[in-house]
Amino acid sequence: MNRIAGNTAEQSADPTQLTRMTVNGETVEREVSVRMLLSDFLRHELGLTGTHVGCEHGVCGACTVMINGRSGRSCLTFAVQADGADIRTIESVADENGDLHTLQEAFRDCHALQCGYCTPGMIMNILSHLEADDEIDLSDEGIRELLSGNLCRCTGYANIIKAVRQAADTGNWNRT
Amino acid sequence: MKPSLFDYCSPTSVGEVVAALVADPGAMILAGGQSLVPAMNLRLASPTRLIDLKNVADLADIQVDNGVIKIGAMVRHRDLELNDEVYAANPLIRKMMRFVAHVPIRNCGTVVGSLCHADAAAEMPLLLVLTGGTVTAVGPDGSRDIAAKDFFQFHMTTSRAPDEMIVRANIPVLADGAGYAFHEFARRQGDYAIAAAGATVSLDGDNRVTRARVGACGVASTPVLLEAVEQAITGAQLSQSTIADAAEKAKDAVTAPDDMHASTGYRKHLLAGLVRRVLGEAGQRAAGGAIK
Ligand SMILES: Cc1cc2nc3c(=O)[nH]c(=O)nc-3n(C[C@H](O)[C@H](O)[C@H](O)COP(=O)(O)OP(=O)(O)OC[C@H]3O[C@@H](n4cnc5c(N)ncnc54)[C@H](O)[C@@H]3O)c2cc1C
Ligand code: FES
Ligand code: FES
Repeated sequence: MNRIAGNTAEQSADPTQLTRMTVNGETVEREVSVRMLLSDFLRHELGLTGTHVGCEHGVCGACTVMINGRSGRSCLTFAVQADGADIRTIESVADENGDLHTLQEAFRDCHALQCGYCTPGMIMNILSHLEADDEIDLSDEGIRELLSGNLCRCTGYANIIKAVRQAADTGNWNRT
Repeated sequence: MKPSLFDYCSPTSVGEVVAALVADPGAMILAGGQSLVPAMNLRLASPTRLIDLKNVADLADIQVDNGVIKIGAMVRHRDLELNDEVYAANPLIRKMMRFVAHVPIRNCGTVVGSLCHADAAAEMPLLLVLTGGTVTAVGPDGSRDIAAKDFFQFHMTTSRAPDEMIVRANIPVLADGAGYAFHEFARRQGDYAIAAAGATVSLDGDNRVTRARVGACGVASTPVLLEAVEQAITGAQLSQSTIADAAEKAKDAVTAPDDMHASTGYRKHLLAGLVRRVLGEAGQRAAGGAIK
């Protein structure tokens, strides 16, 4: 007997809601289950699998994206909560030709990634700080605090700290 | 993991939120989701309905008015932390805020959500207790202010009625000339505190303590005022030795049983050390110079 069900969204018990948001500059509209997490929305509905999922309870930071210009956990946000929001993911960071962003280049130069699992979340968090007006403390301790919500299980943090400093020094950030 | 099934609504007024709470006893309010969504993902919480506050008008306002900082239910941690008017009115807030989780979580989580969540180790509940603040609750029968000491009942339990919504927190500004300090100990930056202490201290011209508020979190089932420490230090000439004697009195307030982070004995030792530091630092700020 064939046990594989057809695509029968209308038979699901899940309440759904029409949700519209801007993702990497493009407006997207989907009818989604209200319990769908933003991380799953990005990955499964939009196919943007650059946003990684580690813990789904806010601890690891792998799923960090920008929500209205500020970093946030996509695993702790329901897609319906992001209705009307402006979302940026790692896919928007390199330019269209695939040329890396200053921050990504700094990561490559400093060997600040190994398996890369944590990297998209790291980049989105760091980028939100570099692009914001608030001052960044570039001492080791200051950068460690900035990275405190992103866990890396393989590179070790020393090279990531180096990369943040290099990017902050070389980038043309509109900072005061 | 993924949350279990629920219904969802995003009303536009406080009245509709309260009506939705009355209509469904299994419903829960969704503010920033930074405590509720992890609990739902782990299926520790399974509300039948989420009432999202995001479309309710005027909840994101911060006002400093008549000696009180009024913080609406959708004010994010980060907005309060970076607000310069708030910093000028009560610098203790920014000082404590830095210890709440990490920036991406502070960008989404709300101050009022943290108060309602009422984790016994959380900083914002301690802030409310330490400053003698209140929360304003709105229910089917109208609104009432609840004092901090009456609000926090137990770890993750408040005196908010199930059909009440908290519309704002009200935190007094820092008294003129008072010194303030906060310190906490956690094994990793952004973790909940194993123990934390805060203090505000006012002095007369001879460095005699005219008023002291000292509180702690992470050491009992709610944030606590350390009244024995306050009594010991009030009226005393502030010195390293009066501070050290008063700080010892903090130990009796530790009622948290041994857990995987620390034993009761360790927490007592830790808290006395933290209280010594906050009294010294708050005293120094009030005196405008080092305490001998
Ligand atoms: C990895 C991680 C680390 C953290 N570390 C810390 C830390 O060190 N210190 C700390 O204090 N917190 C910490 N937090 C928790 C964080 O501060 C939360 O944002 C906060 O506790 C809850 O605010 P929220 O707006 O996200 O509330 P939500 O998660 O939306 O709601 C929390 C609870 O309050 C209720 N509620 C919310 N708003 C209202 C209202 N207006 N009226 C009535 N009920 C309401 C909800 O129904 C729910 O029960 C951490 C969280 C994570 C994920
Ligand atoms: S997957 Fe979101 S913080 Fe770990
Ligand atoms: S590069 Fe592998 S987890 Fe960070």
